[in-house]
This record gives sequence, structure tokens and C-alpha cells, in this order.
Amino acid sequence: MNLSAGIAFQILQSVFVVLAAPLLMGWINQCRAWLQNRSAPSLLLPYYTLIKLFHKDAVIARNASPLFRITPYVLFGCMWLAAGIIPVLATDLPFAPAADIIALVAVFALARVFSALAAMDIGTAFGGLGARREMLIGFLAEPAMLMALFTAAFICGSTQLTTIVDTLAHRQFAIYPGLAFAAVAFLMVLLAENARIPIDNPTTHLELTMVHEAMILEYSARHLALIEWAVAIKLFAYMTLGLALFVPWGIASAGDWNELPLALAALTAKLALAGAGLALIETVFAKLRLFLAPEFLSTAFLLGVLGMLTHFLVQA
Amino acid sequence: MSEAYLALMPLSGALAVACAWLALALLSLIPVGNAFIARRLAFPLGALAGLALTAFGLQAVWLPAQSLILPLGPPNIPFHLRIDPLAGFFLMLLGSVAAGISVYAAGYFRGETAGRLALIGLQFHVFLASMAFVLLADDAYSFMVAWETMALSSYFLVITDHKVPAVRSAGFLYLLIAHLGAISILLCFGVMSGGHGDYTFDALRAAHLQPLWATVAFLLAFFGFGAKAGLIPLHAWLPEAHPAAPSPVSALMSGIMLKTAIYGMVRVIYDLIGGVRWEWGMLVLVIGAATMLFGVLYALIQHDLKRLLAYHSIENIGIILLGLGMSMVFFGFGHPAAGALSLIAALYHTLNHAVFKGLLFLGAGSILHATGIRDLNHMGGLIRTMPKTAFYFLIGALAISALPPLNGFVSEWLTFQSALQAPIITNGVVRSLLPLFAAMLALASALTAMCFVKVYGIAFLGQPRETHDAAHGTSNDAGGFERYGMAWLAAGCCVLGLFPASFLLMLNRVGASLTGHSLSEEALQSNWLWLVPTAPEKASYSPLIFLLVIVAVTLLTFLLVRRFYHGRVRYADPWDCGYPEQTSRMQDTADAFGQPIRHVFGPVYRMERQLPEPDDPAPKFTLNIEDRHWYWLYLPVARLVEFISSKIGLLQQGKISIYLLYSFITLLALLVFVR
Repeated sequence: MNLSAGIAFQILQSVFVVLAAPLLMGWINQCRAWLQNRSAPSLLLPYYTLIKLFHKDAVIARNASPLFRITPYVLFGCMWLAAGIIPVLATDLPFAPAADIIALVAVFALARVFSALAAMDIGTAFGGLGARREMLIGFLAEPAMLMALFTAAFICGSTQLTTIVDTLAHRQFAIYPGLAFAAVAFLMVLLAENARIPIDNPTTHLELTMVHEAMILEYSARHLALIEWAVAIKLFAYMTLGLALFVPWGIASAGDWNELPLALAALTAKLALAGAGLALIETVFAKLRLFLAPEFLSTAFLLGVLGMLTHFLVQA
Repeated sequence: MSEAYLALMPLSGALAVACAWLALALLSLIPVGNAFIARRLAFPLGALAGLALTAFGLQAVWLPAQSLILPLGPPNIPFHLRIDPLAGFFLMLLGSVAAGISVYAAGYFRGETAGRLALIGLQFHVFLASMAFVLLADDAYSFMVAWETMALSSYFLVITDHKVPAVRSAGFLYLLIAHLGAISILLCFGVMSGGHGDYTFDALRAAHLQPLWATVAFLLAFFGFGAKAGLIPLHAWLPEAHPAAPSPVSALMSGIMLKTAIYGMVRVIYDLIGGVRWEWGMLVLVIGAATMLFGVLYALIQHDLKRLLAYHSIENIGIILLGLGMSMVFFGFGHPAAGALSLIAALYHTLNHAVFKGLLFLGAGSILHATGIRDLNHMGGLIRTMPKTAFYFLIGALAISALPPLNGFVSEWLTFQSALQAPIITNGVVRSLLPLFAAMLALASALTAMCFVKVYGIAFLGQPRETHDAAHGTSNDAGGFERYGMAWLAAGCCVLGLFPASFLLMLNRVGASLTGHSLSEEALQSNWLWLVPTAPEKASYSPLIFLLVIVAVTLLTFLLVRRFYHGRVRYADPWDCGYPEQTSRMQDTADAFGQPIRHVFGPVYRMERQLPEPDDPAPKFTLNIEDRHWYWLYLPVARLVEFISSKIGLLQQGKISIYLLYSFITLLALLVFVR
């Protein structure tokens, strides 16, 4: 493998993810508006919002500590890093061996811990409430996520994402029942981790129910813009990770630049479908009460475990 | 003579350090000024001795085993000493962590009166020396002597504040369970010697036990050392005794003393008994997983900072046992490379836990010193008054939460990688169980992250919940010595996290000398940049590149924002959704933060809740949470013991004629037997 070409591609891909992430957000919002019989906002609305936020004056609480001001950058950095590990367009990622799927889960955990700490920094009632709920969802989602990823890791005998995706993309249409369970588990974790319905509602500020929004109440302007952007990258990363694991076809193999246009087209089509699907889920399901979240996520965990056991059974 | 000792460099060096600690113990007793010698001389010198021990330990890891016979003790039972890579590794752990804690102690005990400090200095250094002798001992006799010295010196350290009744009862409980464990270990040595009467470790190693007796010896060793390590259900002393001691002592006990129990387990099970069986491993795995989850779930509902940290020690011992158990399973099924990997994961976590738990206990000590409070519910906003302590504590909190690129993540990653070796096992049940233990580890580490968000968020962030104790005035940041101690351990967290491959190779040497098996050829290709547990295409991790990239992108973001943003900032009151009335009492407390846990894991706890009536004019809400083990295990046993002793007490009538009658009957009985 040509290392310099690889690094060039690595940088290209992560910049692509960072720039394209708000577009996916816009598409999901548009789909949801259509499904709910509203007139849809522009596809580019998330970009306009970011630009607007970057132009505002930042308002910071008087007693904010440095941690509060660093956190948005750390969040953005973590998500950018995650975007560098996940094979979005091709499996040609020289950085990927530095961090495998376990490290990927840990990067998301790092971001979560920092955002929860920042939420508690000002010392308001809502900050602590949001942090507590976010950590509750986090500790329930993390084992489920690992179980789903471990199923894929067992099938491919590796925890390297690039190796896993390479193996899965070039299989001879072999059917892995274990992977089906893992896919459902992963979808449930995706909904919970990205603060979507039925666990959290990204559009509400109702004090009884909000989780993620409660944590970022005190942020404004550039800090808020960075956080919103990081949230968009996180959703993009999760969705492309799911696509790469469970429907990897079309992804370009290492070192082959000619496959890239095709890979880009495939990714766009897949993301458009997945985004519409997410909007559909958010339209037909109601938000769960907070204390039903453990049931929801333990179901995800059990599905992940089932997937793994099924794989062992089928293999034996 | 001197050449012979020079050839025995690591062993004689380690022995010299242990003797130096004993000398410092005596030195602390010299009453000069306001305990000047103890504080300014003994503790810093002890730290230097610790550094020397680190060097000797490291040296021993790479040298063949050395042994020495000290002509001390009772006739015909000399002290056998031996240093091999395993002992060297643990000596390194002892020396390096003790160095940080000793420096810290030099600052921490500044407020003590001379008399108390002399005693603390004596016990502190005897404690350190006895731990070194535990690691050096090469026969059951000297091992038990060192082990008991360790238990007693730590007991006296625990009851430093012996005027408080709770501290005395905590100390009693500790002494009781420590001795239960010691009896079990003694019996284990007895079983292993098989009645030959030769208790040197060489003889025990050479003895071949029947499988049944080997299992009995394993069980005795596991529970004997487990009592010291805090395995459930023998953990009850740990959350009582560790917080009762002064903070540097808590750090020593949690950071190092628990590790001597792990050392004992590894030494006895792998080295002395040998022939590890997978059934043993499954037992270790089940108890380890239960210990881990129990520890973290109880930690989450604590509001006393030091008690919370003590429960986390229980949790981390569970994680270490997961690695050990997996290693036994793999060795038992005949997969030495995977077994070596799991053993390395366990030993790595042992070292990591020593470093970050030491750091966290020291941080808790600085908070206690500055504010006089241990209860999280009364803290808040300490990052503003104690920024340096806050920084070191943050490193410890991130490390224990297993977040990259710090050290806790590396060992948990290695444990996960061991669990992922499961497909090579042919037994279907065991193969599918191993990943489940990995899932429990994932749950425990996510819960730990939640717990330390709680600790850090409530203690250091937010607004102060109360005005601090008037006696201590406003809280000041930790002093120089305290900071150096914490900085040393924090640097340890970073080094262990950033250069894992060097430690992997070192531990591989330890494992290879112990079991005769090392990692796969490809794994040994790991270099300072890349950590590869099995093969590069299967899994790799590079914390240095990871750190570099995350710092680079974060910095790039910062610079871009700075370049293009106008930079106008206004400072205002917190917004909080526009509610006008805000007091610091509206923040989450530690108990509130644990509420979801109590809700989700309710059956784990024994809760007594009292809710006020709706029309109560002075409503009070009380919640009392206790450990279920007290009610199904400890209290019934205590009642049984009391019952039996009351029956035996009937023998004591207080009349000399009756006692003479007893002697007469005894003599008669003996005559009958002897005849």
C-alpha cells in the first residue's frame, strides 16, 4: 500500500465526513417534516444554523471553569478522530490500526464524559440532571454496542475496523444470522447514543424529558456551534459505521482510487435511505419514559449477545 | 563476600531497601522538634528507597532468578529469599507507587503532633518493608511472618484515629478477616507440603499433588488471598478499613497491599501448585465478575469520597481476576499464547490500578486536608480553589474510567482482546461464556465512568454547596510535597498509557518465566509505537498516534475557530432555562446522581426509605442503603459464633474446684488415649 496516498486519502475522507455531516442532519429533518405533513426546511439549514451561531457573541457563565471552554473542542476532536477510524468511502485508512473498535467505543465514551463534566461545571439544576441521564444511557448502551461489534469481530477474527469491513464486503453473499441480530442491536444503540426518539428527543427542551439538550443549555455561539457540529458528525459516524458493517457493498477497496466515484454514489444512496428510515422511526415511535430506557437498551444488549451466540452455534 | 553480593545485585539491593525502610521506621521514633525527622527526613528518604527498589525490580525482571538464605529466625528454619521476574515486577510496583505516596506523606502529615507522627512513621515504614519481604520470601515460614507483619502494621495504621469508635470497629473487622485469610493460606501451604515438613517454595514446587489435593490447595489459596484482596463475600472489611486510615495509608493499602494478595495468588496457583485447570479459571471468572459488578454498583451510591474509592478497589480487583481467570481457562485448555496474553492483561491492570488508585486516594486526601470534608454532598467548585489537585485528580479519574489514551484503557483493552480469543476453545459453553464476561467488563467500565463523572462533577465542578468548615478556613490547594507525590503518580498514568508495548514485553518476560509460555511470535513484534496482542491484522492499538491525532485535530479546530471567529465574549449569570431563583443547593448531590442506579439495580441493594406524609409540616426524607452480605452472611455467622461461645461459656463457673475437676478429667482422658 502506498502510504502517502493512504494518508492523503485519510485526510480527504475525514474532512469529507466533517463537511458532509450537517447535510445528513438536514436531510433527516427534511424527511421528518415531509412525513409529518409540515413544509420542510431547506436541506442546508444546519449549515445556516452553524454560520449563524459562529457569528454570535459567546455568553459564558461567570463561574465557568476552563473545562467548560475546552469541552466543545474536545468533543469536536473526538468526533473528528472517530471519523478517521471508520471506513466511510474506502478501507484504505493508514490511521485505522492505531485504534480498533474497542478504542472507537472508548472515544465516544471520552466525548460523553467530557460533555457530562462540562454540563456539571456551571452548577445549575439542569446540567446535573442532563449529565446524570446521559451517563445512565451511556452505561447501558456501551455494553450493547460492544456486543454488536464483537459479533462482527468474531466473524472476521479481528477487531480492526478496516479488516472487518474488508472481510465483510468481499464475502460471497454468505449469510450470517448472528450479524442480523447484531444489526438490530446496533440500530437501537444508534438511536440511544445519538439522542434520537425513542430515548431522547433532539427537538425538545421540555425539562421532564430532555437529556442531551439539558447538558448543553449553558453553551452559546461558537461553543454551541462546535457541539452541534460534533453531534452531526457523531450521527454521521454511527450511520456510516452501521452501513460499513451490515451493508458494506460498494465500499472501495484499499488503494483503488477508481472505485471512489462508485463508492461515493453508493454511500449517498445508502445514507439517503438510512436517513429516511431514521426519520420514519422518529415519526412512528413515541418517546419512551426515561426509566423505560434500561429496558430498551437491555433488549439491545440481549440481541447483541444472541447474535454472538448464534454465530458460535452456526460455526460449530 | 562483597563480590558475591554484587553478583546478587537485584536481590541484595531489594533486601537493602527493605532494611532501609526498617531503619527509617526506627528513625521516625527519634523525637526532635516538631517531629522534624519523621516528616522531613524519613518520608523523603523512604521515597528515594522506593525509587531504588523500582530500579532493582526492573533489573530483576530481565535477569534469571536469584536466591539467598538468611541465617535468621528459629534454629533450622532460616529465611529463604528469592527474586525472580514475577517478584521483580511486583517490587517495581511497590517501589514506584510507594515513592509517590511517601513524598506525598511528607507533606500530608504536616499538621500531626509529634507523638502521633512518630508512630505513623514507624508503622508506615514497617508496612512498606513487610510488603517487600512478602514479595521476596521463598519459604512458607518467612512468607507468613512477613504477611502477618503486613497485616498487623496496616491494622495499626488503620486505627490511627483510634479514639473514634467507628475506626476501632473497622480495624477489628479488618484484623478478623485478615486472619481468616491467613489461616486459609497457612492451611494451603500445609496441603501443598503434603506432610513432608519441608516448607521452602522449592520443595512445594517439586511436590506433585493429586488433582483433588491440588484443587483443595487452589481453593484455600484463592479464598485466603481473596480475603486480603476483597473478593466478595469477604470484602466487608475493605470499605470500612480503607477510608478509616489517613489518606496516604489508604493509598498504600488500596494501591499496593491488595496487589500483594494478587501476587500471592499468582505465585501459589501458577508457580507452586502448577498444572492450572480450566475449572479453577471458571470459578475465578465468576467470582471476579461478581466482585467487579458489586464493587462498582456500591461505589455509585456512596457519598463518602474515600469509601467510594474503596469500593472501586473491590471493582478493580474483580477486573484483575477476570484476566487471571481467563488465563487459567486458556492454560487449562492448552492454549498457552492466549493464556499468556490474559495473564499479562491481569498483571498490567494490577500495575495500573496501583498507580491510579494511589493517585485518587492522594487527591481525596488533599481535599480532606483543604476542606476538612469527605462527604461529596458538601463539596463543590473545588476546581477554583484547588486547580492543581483538580488537574491531577482529573487524570486519575479519566484513567480509572478506562478512557484512552491513559493507562486504565490499555489493560482493559488487553482483557477484551483476551476474551476475544474465545473461539480457539473447543468447549462450547466456555467459549460462549468468555465474551459475556467481556460484556460485564464493558458494563463495569461504563459504570465507572459514570461514577467518576459524579465524583469529579460534584467535588470539583459546580458551585460550592456549603461554606467550608470554619476550622480549616478557605480551602487551599495542596502543598509542594503533596503535589509532587500526585504528579509522580499522574505521570505514571500517562507513561503506562502511552508506552504500553514496552510494558507488554516486560510482562511477557514475567509470564514466560512463570509459566514457560510467551506470547505469539507476531505479538513480540510490538514496538514502542504499536501494541499488538496477537497479530497486527487482528488487533493493534497505538496510544501515541491516537494522542497525537486527537491533539492535532482539537488544536486545528481551536486555531480555525480563533482565526475566523470575532472572539467577542460576554460573561453573565448562568442561564438555566431562565429560572430566576438559583442557589447552589439546587445542584445534583452525590445521592441524586446515584438515583438512576438505585432505580435500575434496586434489588442489589438493601434500601430503607422513609417518605414523609403529604401534610407533614417538617418533612424529612431518609434513605439508608446497606450491603446485603451483612444480612445473609456476616450477621448470621456472628450470631452463630455468639451462640456457640455462650454455650462454651457455661464451662466457666468461676469456682476453682470445678476448674480442678476439668484438669482431672482431662488428665484421665489423656491417660486413656496415651495408653
